[in-house]
Amino acid sequence: MAAVAARELVDGEVVFVGIGLPNLACNLARRTHAPNLVLIYESGAVGATPSRLPVSIGDPALVTGSLMVCGMADVFQLFLQNGRIEVGFLGGAQVDRHGNINTTVIGPYKKPKVRLPGSGGAAEIAIHAQRILIVSKLSPRGFPERVDFVTSPGQRVAKVITDKGVLERDTASGDLVLAGLYPGVEIAEVRAGVGWPLQSRPRLARLDPPTPEELQLLREVLDPQRLYLTS
Amino acid sequence: MQDAVARHVRDGDVVVIEGFTHLISFAAGHEIIRQRRRDLTLCRLTPDLIYDQMIAAGCAKKLVFSWAGNPGVGSLHAFRRAVEAGTLEIEEYSHFGMVARFSAGAARLPFWTLRDYAGTDLPRANPRIKSVTCPYTGEELATVPALNPDVTIVHAQRADAQGNAQIWGLLGVQKEAAFASERVIVVVEELVDERVIRSDPNRTVIPAAIVSAVVVEPWGAHPSYAQGYYDRDNDFYVGWEAISKDRGELAHYLDEFVYGVQGRAEYMAKQPRLMERIKAGEQRCAGVNYGY
Repeated sequence: MAAVAARELVDGEVVFVGIGLPNLACNLARRTHAPNLVLIYESGAVGATPSRLPVSIGDPALVTGSLMVCGMADVFQLFLQNGRIEVGFLGGAQVDRHGNINTTVIGPYKKPKVRLPGSGGAAEIAIHAQRILIVSKLSPRGFPERVDFVTSPGQRVAKVITDKGVLERDTASGDLVLAGLYPGVEIAEVRAGVGWPLQSRPRLARLDPPTPEELQLLREVLDPQRLYLTS
Repeated sequence: MQDAVARHVRDGDVVVIEGFTHLISFAAGHEIIRQRRRDLTLCRLTPDLIYDQMIAAGCAKKLVFSWAGNPGVGSLHAFRRAVEAGTLEIEEYSHFGMVARFSAGAARLPFWTLRDYAGTDLPRANPRIKSVTCPYTGEELATVPALNPDVTIVHAQRADAQGNAQIWGLLGVQKEAAFASERVIVVVEELVDERVIRSDPNRTVIPAAIVSAVVVEPWGAHPSYAQGYYDRDNDFYVGWEAISKDRGELAHYLDEFVYGVQGRAEYMAKQPRLMERIKAGEQRCAGVNYGY
């Protein structure tokens, strides 16, 4: 997933980075095809070049050697609301057929079955970043037809990168549709992982597995302790 | 610390301990727990472990926040238990919403406008998120009310005796929170001479004019970090998952590391290998010429 997400990023883009796999994807892209990617973390580090895997969104390694550090009012007003962010990464407990994301509650808001962390910056990232990428493992619980709570609206979701394939938002219907598969994965496996009748693009892209170079960077340089990589 | 909390933090207060991952005054939070403050409205973008501890200790009546997780790890279980049981009142925003609330408070305006929340369920969950029609363009903009805490506590790397406080590294929303507040406690790693502050005035984030008390408390932000002084104690953040999940473990933690010590010096003395493990390396900046 990290390698596929990395390939979505274009050299020179300004990316709002989240922790975990999005961070791996961005730093992989920066070390391969997109050396001029500008990484902005919501904690205020701009042009960060972390020399270790950041364990939180406010890791001190994001500051050391970055181009700029600003307060959070500047992050949200001068960068995000100003329209300077081209790509935003989001994830969530639930993603629905329209790309809406829930990171707030499972069950009713006032009597939640599970209380999740909440929005953080996810509401405004979804509203202001020009293109949203979601990285999430596929499962029927995680991909219901409707989320229990819309934390981040789905209008700007471009792609959902999962462990089985990639979904895209169809502009006509507003639905997420299957756009690409990993080698050896059947369409039925993806359909089994979502809670609505998933449509497919007429021609599905074949997603290449990670190259030896990508694997080596991910496993030996970016996440040697396997905090976020599972294999 | 004991005197500052006794004087400036009162039962029922709206209390802010800010710092985004960086410079979170755990020392102040622990002292508030030791002094058994009650019915506090705790506000922070990220409640973090410190508010989880204060909720578990019974200090909080209400929590105002925008992201309540254990950063990079998972959940805050005392917070989750309290919300799922309905024993803690919550008022929830997004990060931008909280930042905007502090900005309005700091500018002494009644509210702040932002382009946010369209298509989200947050305004339904929190009726204090409203909207206004722009008188110039007719655009509908979201609004959030000013947040003016009774007391804001900020941890900084250094300050002089008057409270002119300098911060570097992540700045979070400390400046806005401090200016929005009725009273401000500055907690520092190091007390420095006023000449040190004057040699580098651009680094001053909080001026003495708004500071009520200055507390010198080295290592006072542990297990969060202070850039240039010590790293985040990630092992502790990871370990909190198991501690906070179990009420007994959590009570035991508070007994040993909060109620069981007089203050931060004793807290550090209980963990003799900690300083060595998290002490920061050297990475000096180039320096600038302030001459004219």
